[in-house]
Amino acid sequence: MTERDIENHEWAECIAAIRDRQSTAAFAVLFEHFAPRVKGFLMRSGADEGLAEECAQEVMATLWRKAHQFDPSRASAATWIFTIARNRRIDAIRKQRRPEPEELSWGPEQEPDQEDVLALQQESEQLTKAIAALPDKQRALIEKAYFGDLSHREIAEQTGLPLGTIKSRIRLALERLRHEMT
Amino acid sequence: MKDKIQHHLSDALLMAYSAGSLPEAFSLTVASHIAMCDECRARLEAFDSVGGALIESVETVAMGNGSLKATLAMIGGAMTERPKARAVTGVLPSPLHDYIGGDLDDVNWRPVGMGVKQAILPTSDEATARLLYIPAGVAVPDHGHQGMELTLVLQGAFMDENAHFGPGDIEIADEHMHHTPVAAPGMDCICLAATDAPLRFRGLVPRIAQSFLNI
Ligand SMILES: [Zn+2]
Repeated sequence: MTERDIENHEWAECIAAIRDRQSTAAFAVLFEHFAPRVKGFLMRSGADEGLAEECAQEVMATLWRKAHQFDPSRASAATWIFTIARNRRIDAIRKQRRPEPEELSWGPEQEPDQEDVLALQQESEQLTKAIAALPDKQRALIEKAYFGDLSHREIAEQTGLPLGTIKSRIRLALERLRHEMT
Repeated sequence: MKDKIQHHLSDALLMAYSAGSLPEAFSLTVASHIAMCDECRARLEAFDSVGGALIESVETVAMGNGSLKATLAMIGGAMTERPKARAVTGVLPSPLHDYIGGDLDDVNWRPVGMGVKQAILPTSDEATARLLYIPAGVAVPDHGHQGMELTLVLQGAFMDENAHFGPGDIEIADEHMHHTPVAAPGMDCICLAATDAPLRFRGLVPRIAQSFLNI
C-alpha cells in the first residue's frame, strides 16, 4: 500500500466514525486535511475569502450530516467531498439548484465489499497520479473546467482533453454498478 | 429498458455537469438521463473522481481561527441523516419528480396546437426546460436552433431524419441541425427538452405555434 492508500483508508474510517459514533475527533482529522482544500477550491472558483471560509465550513458540516451516504466502494473521500463543495458552489455563487440523479443507496446496514473499496482506492490513486503527470497545458485545461471557468461549449470545443485517463475508472464504476444491481 | 439506451450523453456534457457549469435546465436533463442510464452514471462517477483528484492537489488556503469550533457548533452534535429510501418508480426519473412535485399525472400541461402539449419547468433563465407531449404519429414543427437542444425521451419514441430515440435516449442537437422529430406510432411520446436559445420554427403554422410555445 502506498502512503496515499493508507491516507484514503484513514479518511474512510473517519467518515465511518462520524456515522457510527458522532466522533468529533474523527471530524477534526478530516477538517484539518480537507477544509483548507475546499476553501482553496472555492477561491479558485471565484469566491472571495469570506464566502469561501463560510462555504467550506458548511461543506464540512454537510459531510457530517450526510456521512451515511458515503460509500467508499464508489468514491474516495476526496471525490465525495468535491461533489459536496461543487454543489455548495452552484448554490452560493451561481444561485441555482443542482438537479441530481437519486443516490443508489442499498440496504442501510449493508457494508461495502472490502475488495471493491480497495480497488476504488487504488484506482483513485492512479487517477490522481495520471492527472499530476499530464503535460501542464492539459492539466491546466482540466483545472479550468473544474474550477468552473469553461462553459459546456468551451469544453466541447477542446480537443486536447485527456479523457483516456478516466477510461479505466469508468470500467471500474460500471462493474461495480452491475455488481450492486444483481 | 436500461440496456436498450442507444443515445448517451457526450463527454463534454458529463464533464460540464460534473464541474457544475451547466445551466440548470441542462443539468436537469443530464441528471434525468443518468437516473435512467447506468452507463452514464458510471461515466459521471469517473468525471467526479477527476474533481476529487483536483481537490487533493489544489493549493490550500488556511481556515480562519476557531473555524473547526464554529463548524462543530453549526453541527451541534446532530445525528447523521439516514439516506431516504429510493424513490418508487413512476414514468418520470427522480430529478424530474422534484421539479413537478409528482409524476406524469401531476404535470400542468398547456396545449400548443396539433395535439401537442407542453409544460415549462421552473429553472434559472439562462436556459429553458420543458416537458413535451406529442401524440403518436404527430410531428413537432421543423425548427433550427440558435444554441444547443437536449431532448430526453421519457415515454414512447420519436424519429427524425437522423435516428430513432426511445425511452432513456437523449438527442444532442446544435445550431447546425434542422430536424423534424415525429412521434413514433403506437404510443404518445413524452420528452424533456432543454434549450439555451429560443427555437426558431420555420413556416407559418409553426410561427403561430411559436407564440403558443412561449419561446
Ligand atoms: Zn447514457
